[in-house]
Amino acid sequence: MYSPRFHSISENDRQKLTLLVDGVSVEAREGDTLLTALMRHDGWVRTHEFDAGSRAGFCAMGACQDCWVTLADGQRLRACTTPVRSGMAIVRKPAINV
Amino acid sequence: MQCDVCIIGGGLVGCSTALHLVRAGKSVVLVERDRIGAHASGANFGGVRRHGRNVLELPLSTRAFDIWRNMGTLVGNDCEFMPTGHLKIARSEAEMAVLEQWSSFGAEHGIPVVLHDRTSLRANFPWLNTSSFGASFCPGDGHANPRLAAPAFALRAGAEGAVVIQGDGATTVEDARDEFEVTLHSRRRIRAAVLVNAAGAWGRHFARYYGDEAPVEAVAPQMFVSEPVPYIIDAVLGMVTGGLYLRQIPRGNVIFGGGRGILDPNCHRSSPSDRVFAETVGLAGDLVPSLRDIAVIRSWTGVEGHCEDGLPILGPSPRRANLYHAFGFSGHGFQMAPAVGAVLSELIARGFSETDISALSPRRFTGAKSSILAESEI
Amino acid sequence: MRAAETLLRAGLSAALIDEAPLAGGQIYRQPPESLRRPARQLYGSEARKALALHESFSRLRTSIDYRPETLVWGAREKRLLLSGPAGNTELAFDKVILATGAMDRIVPVPGWTLPGVYSLGGAQVVLKGQACLIGKRPVFIGTGPLLYLVAYQYCKAGAEPAAIVDTSDFTAQIGALPRLLSQPATLLRGIWYNAALVARRVPVFRSAKPQKIEIRGRQLVVTFKRNGKSFEIGGDAVGMGWGLKPETQLAEILGCAFSFHAGSRWHLPRCDAMGRSSTEHVYIAGDASGIRGADAAEAAGELAAFAVLEDLGHTVPQTRRQRLLAHLARAERFRSGLERAFPYQVPELAGDTVLCRCENVTVEEVRAAISSWQISELNQLKALTRCGMGRCQGRLCGSAAMEVLAAETGVEISDVGSIRGQIPLKPLIGARFQRKAAP
Ligand SMILES: Cc1cc2nc3c(=O)[nH]c(=O)nc-3n(C[C@H](O)[C@H](O)[C@H](O)COP(=O)(O)OP(=O)(O)OC[C@H]3O[C@@H](n4cnc5c(N)ncnc54)[C@H](O)[C@@H]3O)c2cc1C
Repeated sequence: MYSPRFHSISENDRQKLTLLVDGVSVEAREGDTLLTALMRHDGWVRTHEFDAGSRAGFCAMGACQDCWVTLADGQRLRACTTPVRSGMAIVRKPAINV
Repeated sequence: MQCDVCIIGGGLVGCSTALHLVRAGKSVVLVERDRIGAHASGANFGGVRRHGRNVLELPLSTRAFDIWRNMGTLVGNDCEFMPTGHLKIARSEAEMAVLEQWSSFGAEHGIPVVLHDRTSLRANFPWLNTSSFGASFCPGDGHANPRLAAPAFALRAGAEGAVVIQGDGATTVEDARDEFEVTLHSRRRIRAAVLVNAAGAWGRHFARYYGDEAPVEAVAPQMFVSEPVPYIIDAVLGMVTGGLYLRQIPRGNVIFGGGRGILDPNCHRSSPSDRVFAETVGLAGDLVPSLRDIAVIRSWTGVEGHCEDGLPILGPSPRRANLYHAFGFSGHGFQMAPAVGAVLSELIARGFSETDISALSPRRFTGAKSSILAESEI
Repeated sequence: MRAAETLLRAGLSAALIDEAPLAGGQIYRQPPESLRRPARQLYGSEARKALALHESFSRLRTSIDYRPETLVWGAREKRLLLSGPAGNTELAFDKVILATGAMDRIVPVPGWTLPGVYSLGGAQVVLKGQACLIGKRPVFIGTGPLLYLVAYQYCKAGAEPAAIVDTSDFTAQIGALPRLLSQPATLLRGIWYNAALVARRVPVFRSAKPQKIEIRGRQLVVTFKRNGKSFEIGGDAVGMGWGLKPETQLAEILGCAFSFHAGSRWHLPRCDAMGRSSTEHVYIAGDASGIRGADAAEAAGELAAFAVLEDLGHTVPQTRRQRLLAHLARAERFRSGLERAFPYQVPELAGDTVLCRCENVTVEEVRAAISSWQISELNQLKALTRCGMGRCQGRLCGSAAMEVLAAETGVEISDVGSIRGQIPLKPLIGARFQRKAAP
């Protein structure tokens, strides 16, 4: 089945970081945005409120607001403009509303 | 253009009056300067409550309650009305006493409420903060979508024969023998036997044409909406102090209001104040702690006519026969407007209404100063 | 940045507020420290300019009140409302220059909300800022110079674009040549990108009408029509964009007058050649007042600063001023050429297209509402359908919604209105306003 991915073209001496995505440990690199980390991991960012599908951002520059994610402590962040920090725990809850 | 009744103002009050009047067999022209529902009626919080209202408004408010429950049959659109119940929060013993007192008024008018102390608040409304002292809950009250209501009434009224003019305001009103002649911005003229002044925050202007004075000033309550989040807040919230009112729709957005924005000097437009923004968003997070984490996506204001005593100016003019005022709803008009139209159409078509609105009469400002205490909440 | 530099040189105190963490803007975007690559690799032929800009910025940095990662979420009279690392603050100003830039203009296509589909600008940001590709075999659809530029940059970075699906036709591009000659260097660069793409055998389809994007097996498939025939191209990602659309919400909040710009079918703040808006203390530079590209934006920044200086009673170097004005005039001519070469063609949108991706409102729903509610204005459409009411406040759907409304009602596009900008200009977290600890 199709699953999009970001492909890295340079690095790889960047420092590694670990974050938790839906309870699973995921490796990212220093300097990645949350969007990049998720798109290199498994290709989706959030469940949309009003359609069954998942979303993975669109503009990557903080305009479309389609990549807001929730941390385990309830905090909301825009994935494309937030650098990953070690230990971040993201919860991509399933769709909830009508 | 000739008609039985000309209505100035295409807010919910004017639109509801138009629909009820065409149904009573009158020919109606409704004149709106901007767009239907562009002002208070489209911008408001959407609270549909009898709970905590001034007792003098309760006959009207109770009648409106029955209409809201059957909105779908009346206008062909339920306007997203949801009877979630309304919860009014007290933060102290003194505020709780206000709620206790109202509960007996409510009982007299057939509006039973449930009083909650701190413990039962916790048990029944777990999403609320823990610092509230108590509350009163009024089942049956609820909320609706203000963006739909006035257009739905106008569309129905138009379909049933009313002439709805938008984007063309009334500039002057003159007597033409025993009729009214209303001149519009476009210079079109409308002749009518009866005139209804439903011009909201601007109603005072038309009242003055006939020497009717009312202490109504324009204010701009401020509103907010959050991004959609899981639906948990299953009651409309208000506070005894009126500082904050809040609801959530099943789509997930939390809609809340509090404080007043900034009015243009000519009182035609208004815009949100950043100070009120900070205060009200802060208050919302105090009341429902989970709101601290989520994003506010928009703030807006609406221009509302606020009367000194907190009650609308509603009823026949004391000075000019066949002139009816219905403005200055002081933050309560969204809930009551559907009944305002019904009552006005009865007065105009039949000469009487069983709903007692005498306490709201424009007459109250002709003589001695009124001693009614204003209610603070929307 | 150019504006700030000019103001500082004249001895004024200036603040630079930027939502991004590092200076450079969209075009000369800097990746985070850990992702630095040689400038040549990052900015291609524009490397020298990028370096010059970054360098002059590091010189500025100590003398300017620089506030990165700071969102201007609103404004009132002569105060900006900021939200950033220092919390929520206010900044009082005498004059403000808006250089708020632009974003892609989007024509929605069924399937454009799928993961793997990005705006062209987004595809570029991912590459420049994150050293990543949105896919190894992306399909690029839309029109405008960015379509070819991004495809070229992706090639250089090792991707093999599956195709370029251009909605404008070649004759338009030829027809626009005389105007495009006003900036021969830029034109040459465009031709060079095209040639490079041809050399790499990237198929280019012109006069295409995108139909849908869908997942099929392990691929993302773009279907489009051309001369009545249907084509399908499979890839692993999609980049889409129809030119750029200025970010004008802040100008609107500050009360600037707008007028409809026929070429871009969009409302732009009214400005004089120097960047003075209709609001006395507000100046507009760069893409924010109309898309003219990076070089012009630098000139416009400097000019807006000159305008500020003039209005404050300073003298400005006249020859430099004239040179910049002439430069901008050429850029303006070039822009009108680009508008001809890559006209923003308004397609017939399929009913099941999601128009508003925040609120998930389809074209069909919008059309039905327009007729049943007799809608004739865009904010009315928003109020009754929720189209444009979500987190992005109509940034993405606004332009397409205007087209749908105009087409449905027969009202001229210039008269259907535009989605009102409201505060906060972008979503703001409630906790930022909390004074007390949780009760
Ligand atoms: C932010 C806010 C929140 C509120 N929350 C609630 C709530 O939760 N519950 C509740 O019950 N009430 C609420 N209210 C109050 C309620 O919205 C109003 O009382 C009600 O909508 C008033 O209706 P209206 O038709 O009188 O006024 P409006 O809707 O303001 O309509 C008056 C109309 O008259 C038109 N007009 C004025 N002059 C002319 C002219 N010369 N010619 C033609 N037309 C003219 C105006 O353009 C306007 O459209 C709130 C109000 C605001 C502003």
